[in-house]
Amino acid sequence: MGLNVGCAARPGRARDNKTGSWRVFRPTVDSETCKKCGLCVLICPEGCIREDDDGMPVVDFEYCKGCGLCAEECPAEAIAMEQEEK
Amino acid sequence: MMEIMEGSHAVAEAVKRCRPGVVSAYPITPQTHIVERLADFVADGEMESDYLTVDSEFSALSACVGASAAGSRVYSSTSSQGLILMAEVCFNASGMRLPIVMSIANRALGAPLSIWNDQQDSIAMRDSGWFQLYAEDVQELVDYHFLSYRVAEDHNILLPGFVCFDGFILSHTYEPVDIPDQETVDAYLPAFDPYQKLDANDPISMGMYATPDYYMEFRYELDRAMERAAGAIEDAGRAFGEHFGREYGSLAEAYRMDDADTALVAMGSICGTVKDAVDEMRDAGRKVGLLKLRSFRPFPKAEVARALDGVAAVAVLDKNISPGMAMKGAVGLEVRDALWKTGIDVYSYVIGLGGRDVRRKDIAAVADLAESGRGDMFYGLREELI
Repeated sequence: MGLNVGCAARPGRARDNKTGSWRVFRPTVDSETCKKCGLCVLICPEGCIREDDDGMPVVDFEYCKGCGLCAEECPAEAIAMEQEEK
Repeated sequence: MMEIMEGSHAVAEAVKRCRPGVVSAYPITPQTHIVERLADFVADGEMESDYLTVDSEFSALSACVGASAAGSRVYSSTSSQGLILMAEVCFNASGMRLPIVMSIANRALGAPLSIWNDQQDSIAMRDSGWFQLYAEDVQELVDYHFLSYRVAEDHNILLPGFVCFDGFILSHTYEPVDIPDQETVDAYLPAFDPYQKLDANDPISMGMYATPDYYMEFRYELDRAMERAAGAIEDAGRAFGEHFGREYGSLAEAYRMDDADTALVAMGSICGTVKDAVDEMRDAGRKVGLLKLRSFRPFPKAEVARALDGVAAVAVLDKNISPGMAMKGAVGLEVRDALWKTGIDVYSYVIGLGGRDVRRKDIAAVADLAESGRGDMFYGLREELI
């Protein structure tokens, strides 16, 4: 992706301006521990966690900022935040 | 048509012919006569511009940023403390790639307060992302305004620029000068065609924030644009010759450099004195020449290296001081960088600060010092005061 001259940007919501590049810590779900309660889907402030057909949470990393709220709130402690290298 | 005109008034005549949509400036000595005259032009209906009266230089350039972003050709002018007060806005203007042109009547920086000339103000802004041209006389000063808008507004460049000239020495001096007619200027400098602009029906924001994932690339692109500006200034200078009959097709101009053993390097009005001093030294059998820098940003590294190839010693006349830097003068450092690994000795001489006169005999004395291997020093200090 090229840069816009002068760092110009069109107005838009977070859906247009992907926030995934902000992330330092990446949530990873342990499928053995996860109870599929869906709380992480509700708690995610970006709305970027969905459930797959089996009810397992799937994170959209184009938008996940790595805030860690899902890991903090997970009752089963099934989500770990792991530092990413870029 | 040739006329005898004060330098500042000649700048105002040039700016009028550039047809800026907005002029926003705050008066400061020695720039005042420029904006005073422009205000007259607007008030008298001779110039179709909005003249914004503002409360400070910070506001002046901020208004220019807004007006340029909205799609107008804009103009400002300042000096000394005024430029330093604009510093934050200068970095924003270049980062937003707004092609603003500003005349800098070079003046010393306080404290202590000095209204007189040196080049500390614009040289202190060397990293702000504005190109910087330095005029030797009033004619160059006039011509660089047309040339600067053409370079700045080139969609391949999109950088703001300073037209620098020595305060009082040029701003308040009456010289014969050719002020081109409007038709000739219009043919050389077409109406402003903004690359992008603020438009309520198609909104954008400029200069948005960049995370660590993006910031460096924006600075890289700014640096690349400045490197491209070197070629654009040369092209605009050659085209200038075709339109006006005066050519500026190089970023550095050699004077009697053929077979020279010692080269003086300088920027601005001092070059006139240096040329006279070179003539005297040549008459006395000394192989001395001058390399005049028209552009400090972009710095014409290759041209400097080419022009100084084969000399034994180089003396750079620095009308600035970077306190604590071993070489003292900022221009000297760049010349030494251009000649790195060539074995040519390059020395900086801090000279003429705060309006101290530089005479032909001072230039000869500096050449003596360079030839004897002494430099990176202040020249012309009053020993009884220190």
